[in-house]
Amino acid sequence: MKHICLVASIAFLCFLKPATAAEVQEVVSPGGVIAWLIEEHSIPLISVEYEFTGGSSSDPQGKEGLAYLASGLLNEGAGDLNARAFQKRLDELAIRMSFDADADQMSGSLQTLTDNAEDAFQLLGMALADPSFDQDAVDRVKQQVLAIQRRESQRPRSVAVKAWMASSFEDHPYGRRSKGDEASIIAITADDLHTFTQRHFALDNVIIGVVGDIDAQTLGEFLDLAFADLSEEADVDPIANVVPARDYDVDIIDQDVPQSTVIFGSNGLRRNDPDWYTAIVMNYVLGSGGFASRLTEEVRRKRGLAYGVSTQLVPRDHAGLFIGTVATQNARVGESVQVIRDEIQRMADFGISPQELVDAKTYLTGSYALRFGTSKSAAGQLVGIQRYGLGMNYIDRRNDYIEAVSIEQVNRVAKRLLQTDNLFWVIVGKPEGLPEDMSITPDASQPQSNGSGS
Amino acid sequence: MTLRRALTFVLSCLTFFWLAPGNATAQSSTFNAHEYFLDNGLHLVVVENHRAPIVTHMVWYRVGSIDEYAGKSGLAHFLEHLMFKGTATMAAGEFSKTIARHGGQDNAFTSFDYTAYYQNVAADRLALVMEMEADRMTGLVIDENEVAAEREVVIEERRMRVESSPNAQFGEKLRALQYEAHPYQVPIIGWPEDLATLTREDALGFYDAFYGPNNAIVVVVGDVIPADVKALADKFYGPLPRRQIANRSHTPEPTHTKAQTLLLRDARVNQPSWSLSYMAPSYGVGDASYIYALQVLAEIIGGGNVSRLYEKLVVEDEVAVYIGASYSPLRLGPASFRISAAPHGEDIDPLAPAVAEVLAEVVKNGVRPGELSRAKRSLTAQVIYAQDSGHGLANVFGSTLVNGRTIAELEAWPANIEAVTNEDIMAAAKHIFVEAQSLTGILLPEADIPEPGPEPAPESGAEMLDSGAGE
Repeated sequence: MKHICLVASIAFLCFLKPATAAEVQEVVSPGGVIAWLIEEHSIPLISVEYEFTGGSSSDPQGKEGLAYLASGLLNEGAGDLNARAFQKRLDELAIRMSFDADADQMSGSLQTLTDNAEDAFQLLGMALADPSFDQDAVDRVKQQVLAIQRRESQRPRSVAVKAWMASSFEDHPYGRRSKGDEASIIAITADDLHTFTQRHFALDNVIIGVVGDIDAQTLGEFLDLAFADLSEEADVDPIANVVPARDYDVDIIDQDVPQSTVIFGSNGLRRNDPDWYTAIVMNYVLGSGGFASRLTEEVRRKRGLAYGVSTQLVPRDHAGLFIGTVATQNARVGESVQVIRDEIQRMADFGISPQELVDAKTYLTGSYALRFGTSKSAAGQLVGIQRYGLGMNYIDRRNDYIEAVSIEQVNRVAKRLLQTDNLFWVIVGKPEGLPEDMSITPDASQPQSNGSGS
Repeated sequence: MTLRRALTFVLSCLTFFWLAPGNATAQSSTFNAHEYFLDNGLHLVVVENHRAPIVTHMVWYRVGSIDEYAGKSGLAHFLEHLMFKGTATMAAGEFSKTIARHGGQDNAFTSFDYTAYYQNVAADRLALVMEMEADRMTGLVIDENEVAAEREVVIEERRMRVESSPNAQFGEKLRALQYEAHPYQVPIIGWPEDLATLTREDALGFYDAFYGPNNAIVVVVGDVIPADVKALADKFYGPLPRRQIANRSHTPEPTHTKAQTLLLRDARVNQPSWSLSYMAPSYGVGDASYIYALQVLAEIIGGGNVSRLYEKLVVEDEVAVYIGASYSPLRLGPASFRISAAPHGEDIDPLAPAVAEVLAEVVKNGVRPGELSRAKRSLTAQVIYAQDSGHGLANVFGSTLVNGRTIAELEAWPANIEAVTNEDIMAAAKHIFVEAQSLTGILLPEADIPEPGPEPAPESGAEMLDSGAGE
């Protein structure tokens, strides 16, 4: 293989650290709110990322979509400001305030110019502790959620992911639609929304990361504006741990499109699993490494079967997932499925080579700094490190965990994680030539549902 | 994706920063950019950003899909893919693998007007990526064996982005109507029939015609010292010979004299869409003196949840669940001012008259002082937010310069936005809201499916293509 000369020096490179643990401060506000802070004063900008444990998995039966609906309503009126007044205030001050809900968390993001920081934290405090949920705003945002559901039902990938989750987590909240369906969204009341935020938004349930043009003392004061009015203790329903399970190989969702969109996956790892870093290295070689991954090499480069093919490890709070995706023309999708199965089996049987281990490590360690490229992404890193209890010096130690991974460990974890017999597949399209040993769900060709928010 | 983004992402991308020519005023420097011209014509821009020990290195070529010729649509993008297939010193597929070994991320994208390649790496890897980009700037070698598979990759990419999405197909057909003659009518990714015919020789011919140091802009943003970057550029880009660059000549768009409507039905549609667009000036075509006023106007009538259109159609009349406006003047050819909506329920009929009322009100009575100051603050704050991301800044500089604008114009953008008056906005609105130059788009389910409900316009993904392997 021909490289240009600089590549030769690679084994000796010592990558820079993105920031050092010494730069991360723990700030405790007068009101007892805790946040991690990296001061960065070169631009008059502050980014705050935070999250509350408990997301759409906590939605009550029949009210699926509650957390997601709440995320769309938190900046639609609070305190004495109605939706329009609140939005205008944000707009006038160029404050960027957004909320999101996933299965395990309600998260939020606040970005402000330094000059407007006090107002920004104050408005956030109103949104979290005193949201209005006025009926007109609730009705309006419900219609928006329904429109998003319908729009997603037009996207093969969304349809496939939802079908995969539904069939793999049949009796668990992870299998439900995080955005609900039409009936469940309509059923949600303003009282439900208030109950949700009051139970979840509490001081013992929040994680905060801040990066930007603010010192620790000022941040302490401002944190109280945003968070100190919350209740002391959250009341979040416990969610059971779960493993994805299904007793057949493939769901086919018939759609009249020229390309089949495929989602495949199996049980993976939760974030605190001792094999986590080893699995990250293994998965880089297999499917998350872009052009450096085996799947891209075999499926895309050698055979032209797809524009994109990848796998990822998805650590949920109560389950671990190994999920992959590919999209190939209907006539050749069977070939894609077979190549992917072969590569997964090869990884399980034979593991990786010494060179692949070196390449994976230099990428994973060298690219860590890129995660700190913006204040928003750096603040997100501070939240993630706290979420998993990784410790304040994690930024200094993280690459050591990657460096410590051995080839024997990778090969053991590949065997542990990757079993082609246990892969579940969902295919949206009109697939041809699937491997004959794949068992198909009995009610295979369900027509595309119309507006069900699938 | 947050709920708000899920509704608005189509419009959120390109309002950024786009300056107008002519009236740049002297300004203290916001970005402190350093600009160099190498003897071989290469244009280098360096912006220091020491917030993280990383650097973004981008090469922008003044060539895009509008420079293709009949029967070979998709060629610019196909070549972009083949640029990863090697040189005399780099085997096929090794480019991205080498970047990855150094902890870097790389990709490329093709637009109508330009093609760009980038790497995000640790700052001490700048020499490596510069050497690699310089190597493939004039030294591309394509193995015939790589071409057939890559053509299939691009065809799969089209199936994924376009054929799998009724909204993207709607957008493609709308563009074909919006531009009756200008090459913006042709999708960047190309028509399927043309893609099947693209060859190695086509790609190399296009490469020879348009790639070279004298047709390239290199943008470096990050934890670097400008003089050091200049020295590296001299070393790696400096020795490259000038190349003969083909003329860029494009069929102009004739003046439109009839309003048009596209009604598209698709059985896959569950959420209808509605859009209205008007031809509008860009930096390249039309009366550029309206550009700043149109940017402010787009913000006032269609930016976010306190805009005039949102207030009227979503909050008051409840005939839409979402509506917004977008206007991107930073292009070589004619631009458009576009309003996109998702109807409330199934009925799209109330949208057009309600929108017309809002537009007529602006033409007749202008905007309120409070609206004007709010929109200006919102736009100019983008200058500070943009500095948070080195990669984002590199995009701003690259797309500005590749369209023939200057750093001085970029620096002057906030002042020029501030200078917009109510009279400017009224004049600009009157100038573009001409019915004969409008295009209405309607995307609905098949007639026999009784569930309607509209939604935003085409997926923005078709506007810019990259060659990434992942998502």
